[in-house]
Amino acid sequence: MSAAIEPAAQPKRNDAKRAKSVLSRYSSPALGLFLPLVLALGWELAVRAGFSNGRLVPPPSVIYATFAELAKTGELQRHAAATLARVVSGFGIGVIAGTVLGAITGYSTLVRRFIDPSLQALRAIPSIAWVPLFILWLGIFEASKVTLIAVGVFFPVYLGVMGAVTSVDRKIVEVGRAFRLSGFNMVRRILLPAVLPAYVIALRSGLGLGWMFVVAAEFMGASEGLGFLLVDGQQLGKPAQIVAAIVAFAVIGKITDWLIVGIAAPFLRWEDRFKSQASQD
Amino acid sequence: MLTLERVGKTYGNGVHALEAVNFSVGPGEIVAIVGGSGCGKSTLLRAICGLDTPSQGRVLLDGETVTQPHEKIGIIFQEPRLLPWLTVAGNVGFGLEDRPKPERDARVAEALTRVGLSDKARMWPRELSGGQAQRVAIARALVPRPEVLLLDEPFSALDAFTRVDLQDHLLGLWADRRPTLILVTHDVDEAVVLADRIMVMRPRPGRIFDTVETDLPRPRDRQSSDFDRVRRHVMAALDRSLKPAVKSDANEGAALWW
Repeated sequence: MSAAIEPAAQPKRNDAKRAKSVLSRYSSPALGLFLPLVLALGWELAVRAGFSNGRLVPPPSVIYATFAELAKTGELQRHAAATLARVVSGFGIGVIAGTVLGAITGYSTLVRRFIDPSLQALRAIPSIAWVPLFILWLGIFEASKVTLIAVGVFFPVYLGVMGAVTSVDRKIVEVGRAFRLSGFNMVRRILLPAVLPAYVIALRSGLGLGWMFVVAAEFMGASEGLGFLLVDGQQLGKPAQIVAAIVAFAVIGKITDWLIVGIAAPFLRWEDRFKSQASQD
Repeated sequence: MLTLERVGKTYGNGVHALEAVNFSVGPGEIVAIVGGSGCGKSTLLRAICGLDTPSQGRVLLDGETVTQPHEKIGIIFQEPRLLPWLTVAGNVGFGLEDRPKPERDARVAEALTRVGLSDKARMWPRELSGGQAQRVAIARALVPRPEVLLLDEPFSALDAFTRVDLQDHLLGLWADRRPTLILVTHDVDEAVVLADRIMVMRPRPGRIFDTVETDLPRPRDRQSSDFDRVRRHVMAALDRSLKPAVKSDANEGAALWW
């Protein structure tokens, strides 16, 4: 059954191939959704059938109802906005500090020897350990929370940028020198594009830590925010509210991560990646 | 006119890479530098293009001392060293950033046509074969119209067929504007095919050992007896240049033995 004997089979086979690739494109996320959907559905049915009262582990329908109720009253939006504002300002401060210090230490060996050991020592401290000090220094309101998030974001960004700058290929830098680039133009035309892939990864891990630390920050006393919803749900015995807040965290966290990836994507089309090669074939 | 006056280089770790190299190359001349590995060929080239500064002596281009990369000197490395984040056209136009866009586009298009890659202008470097990538690197170096073009073993990473093809290509490009070419190679055939003058270097410390004028008409027939005669001449010089080094190696070995 070779194509040489039966040339008409060729286009048909291509169609089949295309149909298969479309199928695989949608089937793999679908495959991942299978397990959680079955579990959710099973739990829902179990509660409906009376096997459990679903008080401590609310069924999906109750979670959805709680979520919708919170959204309708505007509570959810208010809390989500408060949390998002903390993450954005903490992330912004952490990214700026991490980028500047990472770039300087990556660029200059002298500065690296001077300040990197201290920063590495600070990095070894679990960031939550700073909380009591931050509260003493900055009070119990926004400043201490944002600072904690900024500290969490700072280290992955700092490490990522420093590593990226020190590992820029000497041969590529030499091309820049041969074309008489120096200072700002060297940074703009050679160093910046060269570190961009690693920088995006650093930003994403920084953002992940930012979301982690915002919960810790809101646990230490907040009157609004998704973390407050969590604590409130625990204290008033409303597990559905806790799960609804967790879902909100997951959705907003994923969206912000997508934003970074989406914004960077047009600048990273050149990357020679295993994945992008595979999708071309 | 490119002139080297007693150019020497000692690295910070005490390695004496180059000693008192003197020569000058006229406009449009093609010079090949051959020698065993570690004889300072690449060091010499890096000193000429200003990527490294010589520890002694100086490099002069039209009477002006070269201490840092110069706009009239271009260089092609052993690897293409294309910037992966720029398209083929972007890479070729890299040295023309300060020119107005229409002029830049026209010169890039012309150069790409000249190296036979105009259909690849919008591709990424990763999508090119080794030979194509090196052709893009050649176009990138030629587009700013350098007076002197340095080539550091430019074809040594390519297969034999591609290498011969690119050597012919290079001669074609050279004929357009006739820049001075200085080519470092360890391939004697390549030197004889391309160069007007072949300088044989000798290691430890690197210096010019012998100079052979090829004096063959172009295009050169690799099978002709004249070609073979020049090749054997260069081979013999290369052999002699390496001999003292071999002897000293033997002495070192004997010292270790005891």
